[in-house]
Amino acid sequence: MSEEIKIGVYVCHCGSNIADKVDCAAVAEFASKLPNVTVARDFQYMCADPGQELIRKDIKEQGINRVVVASCSPRMHEPTFRKVCESVGLNGYFFEMANIREHVSWCTEDREAATEKAKALVAAAVARVPLQEPLYERYADMNDRVLVIGGGIAGIEAALKVSGGNKEVVIVEKEPSIGGTMAKLDKTFPTLDCSACILTPKMVECAQRDNVKLYTYSEVEKVDGYVGNFTVTIRKKARSVDLDKCTGCGLCITKCPTKDIPHEWEENLTTRTAIFTPFPQAVPNKPVIDRENCRYFTTGKCGICAKVCPTDAVDFEQEDELVTEDFGAIIVATGFELFDPSVGPQWGFGKFDNVITSLQFERMVNASGPTKGKVLLKNGEEPKSIAILHCIGSRDENYHEYCSRFCCTAALKLAHLAKEKTNGDVYSFYIDMRTFGKGYEEFYNRIMSEGIHFIRGKGTEVVERKGQLLVRTEDTLLGKYREVPVDMVVLMAACQPGQDTEKLAQTLAIQRSADGFFLEAHPKLEPLKTATDGIFLCGACQGPKDIPDSVAQGAGAASEALSLISAGKVKISPIVARCDEDKCGGCMICINLCPYTAISYDEEKKVAVVNEAKCKGCGTCSGSCPTGAMTNTNFTDEQIMTQIEGVLAV
Amino acid sequence: MSAPAEYLREEELDHNLIYEVASFPGGHKIFSCQQCGSCSGSCDMAQDMDYTPRKMIEMIRAGMRKEVLGANAQWLCTTCYYCTVRCPRGIEPTEVLYAVKSIGIRDRGVDPNNDSPKFYETFCDTVHKFGRQHEPTLMAIYAFKGNPLRLMGFAPLGIGMLAKGKLGLAPSRVKNVDEVRKLIDRYRNKV
Amino acid sequence: MRYGYMPGCSSHASSVDYEASTKAVAKALGIDLVEIEDWNCCGTAPISSVNPEMAVALSARNLALAEEQGFDAVVTACAACFNMLYKAWDNFANNPGMRKQLEEAMSDIGRTLKGKAEVRHLLDIIVNDYGLEKIEQLVTKKLTGLKVVPYYGCLLGRPKSNFEDAEEPNSMDGLLAMLGTEVLDSDFKARCCGSSTIFTKRSYMLRLLHDILEDAQRLGGDMIVVACPLCQMNLDAYQTNVNSAYGTSFNIPVVYFTQLLGLALGLSPQQLAMDKAFVSSQKVLNRVSNL
Repeated sequence: MSEEIKIGVYVCHCGSNIADKVDCAAVAEFASKLPNVTVARDFQYMCADPGQELIRKDIKEQGINRVVVASCSPRMHEPTFRKVCESVGLNGYFFEMANIREHVSWCTEDREAATEKAKALVAAAVARVPLQEPLYERYADMNDRVLVIGGGIAGIEAALKVSGGNKEVVIVEKEPSIGGTMAKLDKTFPTLDCSACILTPKMVECAQRDNVKLYTYSEVEKVDGYVGNFTVTIRKKARSVDLDKCTGCGLCITKCPTKDIPHEWEENLTTRTAIFTPFPQAVPNKPVIDRENCRYFTTGKCGICAKVCPTDAVDFEQEDELVTEDFGAIIVATGFELFDPSVGPQWGFGKFDNVITSLQFERMVNASGPTKGKVLLKNGEEPKSIAILHCIGSRDENYHEYCSRFCCTAALKLAHLAKEKTNGDVYSFYIDMRTFGKGYEEFYNRIMSEGIHFIRGKGTEVVERKGQLLVRTEDTLLGKYREVPVDMVVLMAACQPGQDTEKLAQTLAIQRSADGFFLEAHPKLEPLKTATDGIFLCGACQGPKDIPDSVAQGAGAASEALSLISAGKVKISPIVARCDEDKCGGCMICINLCPYTAISYDEEKKVAVVNEAKCKGCGTCSGSCPTGAMTNTNFTDEQIMTQIEGVLAV
Repeated sequence: MSAPAEYLREEELDHNLIYEVASFPGGHKIFSCQQCGSCSGSCDMAQDMDYTPRKMIEMIRAGMRKEVLGANAQWLCTTCYYCTVRCPRGIEPTEVLYAVKSIGIRDRGVDPNNDSPKFYETFCDTVHKFGRQHEPTLMAIYAFKGNPLRLMGFAPLGIGMLAKGKLGLAPSRVKNVDEVRKLIDRYRNKV
Repeated sequence: MRYGYMPGCSSHASSVDYEASTKAVAKALGIDLVEIEDWNCCGTAPISSVNPEMAVALSARNLALAEEQGFDAVVTACAACFNMLYKAWDNFANNPGMRKQLEEAMSDIGRTLKGKAEVRHLLDIIVNDYGLEKIEQLVTKKLTGLKVVPYYGCLLGRPKSNFEDAEEPNSMDGLLAMLGTEVLDSDFKARCCGSSTIFTKRSYMLRLLHDILEDAQRLGGDMIVVACPLCQMNLDAYQTNVNSAYGTSFNIPVVYFTQLLGLALGLSPQQLAMDKAFVSSQKVLNRVSNL
């Protein structure tokens, strides 16, 4: 550090975002008197062109060689200002950012206190920046294959779009068929077109395209590597049927003697055999043996399916198979599951036969469903009155605080179908009717005109009195308590994260938000990215979404993935961990803690070795290293301590 | 109970009422009410109330002090707490109605034909006297305080209780009854 | 097993039978219930109506006394006392504003509260601390043939509880089944009996009582079993009022769980004060087990 340190400090007003609470001029004035500071300015918007130009000009004209910008979060504009520095020949890592918006003006009431805190943070940055080293970004090769996890409508759309871009794509689906929740629906709102009619062509296309590979009845077991170079281990669960030999003739299914297994795909409204395909349009349309319930596997006797199979496709000896594939990008499209309403006993689900979930009702009204499209009570009769209860488990702090978004419009659709099929009395118990999408309000209007009884009040409780179901509520628009007698109750159960969301989040090293869904990188500007480079999200695994939004996101995530892999190279941040081999004791604590499996152990030298391509510079290793051997570039102990001293000195 | 106004006159509304209610234990979440009616739908007494629990909350928010304090809803509340465990917004309507009763008693805002405040105050007086409840004293004073005919209503039960040895004739007393009185006075004066 | 015991005001009057059976059963099981010296009224719903903070403060004094007298837990058999004591404990533990206020109120009367003593209901102690297995070894007389409807009411599980579910209470079910009874599940088991509102709004409350009694009868229950003095008094003493208001002829004994437990432990109906109820249980008990 022979050259003289000349720091330029730039305090941003961020319009009124910062200036309302922080006296920016006073902060700049304060900064100008700090050691090594050559210029200190405050400006309306540092991120805008004129602000950027100020920095460039000072670097060129005044020889500024260290830059401090006091503005928003580095997550917002650190890349912007690094580029500004680099555009006039200054290494981007000679730049430091002080966050006086999120950390100061947005969370401080008192203007004086806010100004003082802003000064402290600026002083810290000014103290630290002379110790910063020039760092250089590097590039690695990019694999151009894409993995899509989840074969529902979002995943299907993503896969087809990637495939359309002439890139290879692999879909991993844990169920025996792709199709997801949409495959179970009868009609789709607001147009009431047939769900299967618009979905199955896409499913079939997935099976037919040469550059789309399907792994159904499979799960992602392990993910190694990093953006551009993921290595994924996929567990192909033993299907007990050789997909190459099977023609899907279905003879095995008709002969299977075990016929009383609850049919999960039909929402347990009917039963299935032990060897089964979930639904007639399944892709692949080839069966699977449910080993837990198959007589051959539970008793060792039977084997009828194998005997009748004309192509000798049944394979009882098949075992789970682990396959490893390489990808450049991963799209997560694992969807959602329905809230189990029996968690709240007040709704009577599981207690009364004729209290059912929205998806059960969907299966019922579906012509290919267990009742062939008829709405039927448990006793086989048609209900004369049906209540549809909104917000079951949604908008409720006791279960899920969030709104599940699609249920209001779905409930309108079900009300329409209930009315159409039974011509009985249909009641809709809602809190607020949230029909937000294109054409949805018009749809609401249409359904209202069909004579549905809308009651603005939460269906609080379902009770049975003398054999009659009663929905207890308050008609809040009238201010009157009501007990509405009905034959059937349909619960619009909340959309919630799937059970394996947590496990998958760990496997992929991606985050979840407080509601349990996967977390996007930015709620507005990066809705399809995760904080982990190269891993994208689409559909209801990120939060409740209807079909149009899931499809839009699927296509969007495909575009993200294509955009990434088309670049051919992947940029690697120079902020990484470094191991001082002289200090390293070989304790391996860091290896176990590293969330990116970026550290390995050198058996010969007995030290930890960082794979800089995989390292994300998160600092977990350096924070936990007992000997201080692990340090992070741009976050050395010296830099951090100096920064702390800078704060405390004010 | 006074009839609700035809339209709300802003100058007659008390915008402080909601803050007053919110200051009671368990009252602070009242601001979050989404007016879904889960409280009323859970309430076994809602069918007999002049205003449902949900509506009471809305009236508190609007500042309809006279109507809120004069209502019968809070006096029909049996404090079963179904509303409280089911409220999707964590509001405790039982506690909200306790607050409304308490303010009504303090401000003498209750419908004069409603005897409930007399009973509750008599209950309080009896505990003030003995430190514990003594049912015969309570019932006697309550009966005479309001409508003497009421004693007749309780008489058959009282005689039955007496016959079963279920009326403790001699009151059970707290030794340091001064402490109990101090506590009662502390809050009576505060309200 | 030693606990501080809060009998509650009704133990001296309308629930002398609960008190007697509680003490008899505790003795038979070897549970040491030591009465908290100088306890006062818990505050309960009527005082909460005058001022909720006053009621909490009254309960807080009981907790302070229990702490001073060296108890780790306060046990009460009364659901209303349980509710109030728990509310005081909860406010002290989880509501900083109320904690400060209660500390001041206690210091004003020369007491200190640290919030160390737990609040427990007798049913919780018997079922969960003592445990059904140990009780079963002491049972001398199975109550086989007796059809019982457990009725929990509100305050064992709501608004907050450290042992009972708010919607589907069940602590008594297992105990009663173990005693040999047939346990019937009423939809009304956690509904309200009207509690102390019976004193002021009786005509409205009779509907609640009617529905509970009607469901017990529909199920074919020989008796209703309760764990709260108010539930017992309302369902028992007001049964004739319900009958005259609704033209019914209910004659369903309403007994405390402690009384049935006592019978199974070999205690006599007299020891358990079973003669104190308005609706006699003698006939039913004679039929099933010659008690």
